[in-house]
Amino acid sequence: MTNEALQNLTSSWVPELEFTEEKSQFLNITVQPEQLHSLMTQLKSNSETNFDYLFCLTGMDWGAALGVVYHLESTTHRHQIVVKVKTEDRENPTFDTVCNIWYTAEFHEREVFDFFGIKFNNHPNLKRLFLTEDWDGFPLRKDYVDEINMIIK
Amino acid sequence: MDTTVINNFKSEEYQINMGPQHPATHGVLRLLLTIDGEIIKRVEPDLGYIHRSIEKMCERDSYQQIVHLTDRMDYLSSHINNEAVCLTVENALQLEIPERVKVIRTIIAELTRIASHTLWWGVMGMDVGALTTYFYGFRDRELINDIFEETCGARLTMNYNIPGGLMFDIHPNFVKRTKEFIDHFKTKLPEYDLLLSNNIIFRKRMEGIGILSKDDAISFGASGPVGRASGYSCDVRKHHSYSAYDRVTFNEILKTEGDTYARYQVRILEMWESLSIIEQLIDNIPEGEFFTKTNTVIKLPEGEYYQKVETARGELGVYIVSTGTKNPYRMKFRSPGFSNLSLLNHIAVGGKIGDLVATMATLDLVIPDIDR
Repeated sequence: MTNEALQNLTSSWVPELEFTEEKSQFLNITVQPEQLHSLMTQLKSNSETNFDYLFCLTGMDWGAALGVVYHLESTTHRHQIVVKVKTEDRENPTFDTVCNIWYTAEFHEREVFDFFGIKFNNHPNLKRLFLTEDWDGFPLRKDYVDEINMIIK
Repeated sequence: MDTTVINNFKSEEYQINMGPQHPATHGVLRLLLTIDGEIIKRVEPDLGYIHRSIEKMCERDSYQQIVHLTDRMDYLSSHINNEAVCLTVENALQLEIPERVKVIRTIIAELTRIASHTLWWGVMGMDVGALTTYFYGFRDRELINDIFEETCGARLTMNYNIPGGLMFDIHPNFVKRTKEFIDHFKTKLPEYDLLLSNNIIFRKRMEGIGILSKDDAISFGASGPVGRASGYSCDVRKHHSYSAYDRVTFNEILKTEGDTYARYQVRILEMWESLSIIEQLIDNIPEGEFFTKTNTVIKLPEGEYYQKVETARGELGVYIVSTGTKNPYRMKFRSPGFSNLSLLNHIAVGGKIGDLVATMATLDLVIPDIDR
């Protein structure tokens, strides 16, 4: 499926999507947090899109907003897409989990929680993955400060 | 009378640690096992013992410096990791890379794959109690390391790639010694089959355990030999070709059983394919420059870039978000070991502790790749 066809199809499911393509090799979709889970379920289960392979899940700190970037590929159609979700709530950022859609998301979401403090609703085992339980703060956020261990150039 | 005896041996779940200093975890990985007698009920990996936060370090480093950090992720695929970052930067800058560079990179990447698989083969034999394989595997890997040492100056963390090409040209002996290695290894690889692959004790140990279905492999993001042993066609070299893979013919090894023995076979057969790829390229290295000149300070145009490559363990993804400065705004490595580890609980539950060791050995985990 071409990017244009993907854009038409997905916007017929969820009208409020934002699309950008010019600065990335993929079609980028930005979705509202409330619609994330229904869009993802559609992308996986619809036979035309069939995005069954979540090949990358990245936590992001855009400064004003925190969010997650999902890279998806279909192993049958071999097309790719990027879905982004953002929130401006830095105190208590929360999205729905997608680990019931793609199992691999369970570990990746734990990693994002560990480093960005983004919580995932309905995640079966949401706790820190790499850092210890008593670690203070979320290191990959841009405003994280550690005067002892970080070397700032 | 009988019932009281049975009650005394009532089943009971308890937890034990495997690692972080266990020989079969190949690094500092701790598994928290919930077991009932010998039967595994749950496997929970505890990570982070050697986490260095490479992604955070990348945010303060220049692109040339980042290449050096990637060696330290999956150190057995160091050349391929370097290549992944270089390809991302080169694609972002839309640099034209000399054909010579592409071919040399591919040859060394395949040598790296063979070196990684021979080490895996030796260590996996050792995990299931066959000590001899360890010496056979290391004997052959040593020859590849000698080739690397001559050409790149290092044996493990090679840093041979730079954005734009290679750090220096190949050593005059490179072609000769690589050919010698191919001839040597073609006589040794059948020995691997004689010693281990067709060994009845080994096969009874390996067959039918740790089964991963194709749908689960895709859902768990399995890649590399782990995915292909379940019949999931996931070779990045085929589906998203890069460097010189589009000019060679090779087979993607697929098995459908999805058990530990299938994963074992995929890696053995892959070594033959790698030999074939090197043979097709080694006599046809194009003449020319070995790098394209770049600016001393590399600034990527604003945007997002993603590149995937096939390391010895599977699909490595590099995701760079640039705001146009000399550092990436955000850099993410999607490492194959991380996804392959996440399916361990799924395939180990219901098996015995001894099976867990054999299953882990065929996942071929490298811990620094998981703890980036």
